Amino acid sequence: MSATQPTSPALFDCRDAFAATLDQVAERDNRIVIVVNDSIGSSKLGGFRKRWPQRTINVGIAEQNMVGVGSGLANGGKIPFVSAASCFLTARALEQIKADVAYTNANVKLVGQSPGVGYGELGPTHHSIEDMAWLRLLPNLAIIAPSDPWETAQAVEAAAEHEGPVFLRITRFGVPKLPRPDNARFEIGKAETLREGRDVAIIACGVMVTRALEAADRLADGGVNAQVVNMASIAPLDEAAIRAAADLGAIVTVEEHSRRGGLGGAVAEVVAGYRPCPIRILGFPGFMPTGSPKFLFERFGLTSNGIEKAAREAISLRLL
Amino acid sequence: MELQSLESRDANREATIRRIRSSARAIRMHALNMVFEARQGHPGGDMSVTDILATLYFGVLRVDPKAPHESGRDRLILSKGHASGALYSTLAEAGFIPIEALSTYMKPLSMLNGHPNRNNVAGVEANTGPLGHGLPIAVGIALAGKIDNADYRVFVITGDGELQEGSNWEAAMASGHHKLANLTLIVDRNTLQQGARVSETNDVEPLADKFRAFRWDVVDVDGHDPGALLDAFAPSADRTKPLCVIAHTIKGKGVSYMEDQVGWHHGVPTQAQLDKAMGELSGS
Repeated sequence: MSATQPTSPALFDCRDAFAATLDQVAERDNRIVIVVNDSIGSSKLGGFRKRWPQRTINVGIAEQNMVGVGSGLANGGKIPFVSAASCFLTARALEQIKADVAYTNANVKLVGQSPGVGYGELGPTHHSIEDMAWLRLLPNLAIIAPSDPWETAQAVEAAAEHEGPVFLRITRFGVPKLPRPDNARFEIGKAETLREGRDVAIIACGVMVTRALEAADRLADGGVNAQVVNMASIAPLDEAAIRAAADLGAIVTVEEHSRRGGLGGAVAEVVAGYRPCPIRILGFPGFMPTGSPKFLFERFGLTSNGIEKAAREAISLRLL
Repeated sequence: MELQSLESRDANREATIRRIRSSARAIRMHALNMVFEARQGHPGGDMSVTDILATLYFGVLRVDPKAPHESGRDRLILSKGHASGALYSTLAEAGFIPIEALSTYMKPLSMLNGHPNRNNVAGVEANTGPLGHGLPIAVGIALAGKIDNADYRVFVITGDGELQEGSNWEAAMASGHHKLANLTLIVDRNTLQQGARVSETNDVEPLADKFRAFRWDVVDVDGHDPGALLDAFAPSADRTKPLCVIAHTIKGKGVSYMEDQVGWHHGVPTQAQLDKAMGELSGS
């Protein structure tokens, strides 16, 4: 971050990468518009509104109308980015997402801001640890949970280019930029193997990818060789990557989401039909007690420590 | 000269009204046959909305069945998607889908689902079925048209019971706020919903006052009078607000034993009932 703190990496708010990239895309494609529910500030879209007031539609606090309006804008040839806190966007307007966006196969980009436990102490009404589970049931809808600012920018570009509905899960936590080769490129439906390994596969998405890599470092110190897969694309799912993970015989999944029905559920569905192996699914168990995001991550084992422990458990259960 | 042109305009209008009436008769007959063959459907709502659909497709909308996705087209969304029998019949009469397709209504793998799917049926603008979805979508299209300075118009038809869905009022508020003069909502005001009178269930009155309070223009018309509907739908350059047309209709209109009967919301006629209906409609 600075010369005085050489060991702590710079942290980035992925919303900045989202907003900056959307600006670039909107600059070259005038079909891009934004639809918000009084969520300009929390979506960091103040700059967009200033540049393109006519392309900014603030429906007020009305999520059902917001998503329907998004579908209508797509009918009218626009590419709407419908951006709101994920808890309200995906829960309040779920039927609109199902019928007006997914079933209609409308070219709408849903942007779930501050998902997971991003709102920490505000409690379960404001947490969005169910969004990937209920959206994963909807055909046609791509679901992307980027891991860092680079991938967020790539995902915004990919969403704009993709003809069809997309859900982007944009975190508000500070995350470091992950090390990647220069030729890295995000692709909808493709997993990214960040670290090769042979003893256990750690499959993560979103903010948990950094911690998965840290866990792999710790495991390596103890002689365990862990593969780390970034499964940013929850739908469509890279089933080949999941089968390759199952071939290692032990899997840990980790997500800032409920343990039920999200990334872990998706991985388990594929593994069960291929080569069953122990899968430790790390996530949140239910409605969260009061606490900061950091507190909740630590309390429920969503830490490099917790992932390391789960990996060892999965290995010990390996069916050989 | 002026007299002549007025006369020819009147003659055109009369011809248009005759066309609407004959199309409406065909649409009602198709829709009843479809419900009869499918052994299910929503004949009461099909009959109440038919004259509205016929007036729009044969007298108002600038749409081309050969180019159903042309970007400058007018849009019509049937938010009360359960009246799909009437919509499909109208689209068939207007040339968007083959008349023969109507006999597949709700049969296995038919493109004609019980509720419309725009990916399968040319001319359908929105996948409606759950109520309260059409108006928000129409608002989005109207906003797109406004951004583009396009001259297309957006029409959406809701039921009256449907207005109990809160999403309509979110959209109504946004329409008034954005002064969507290119948007027309038509309320198929047949006063019945699935289980009872709207007024006995959760009354929507005073309906016109509600829309005026949401900053809409409102007109009341006879929803079975093509001339009155044409007048209500006539474009107006000086309009500055969205327009709500409260179309007073009779559920089951045109079939004596169905008219204003709550039981025909969904109901399937017997062969004898179908024959009677066809007899009444062919004489209409």
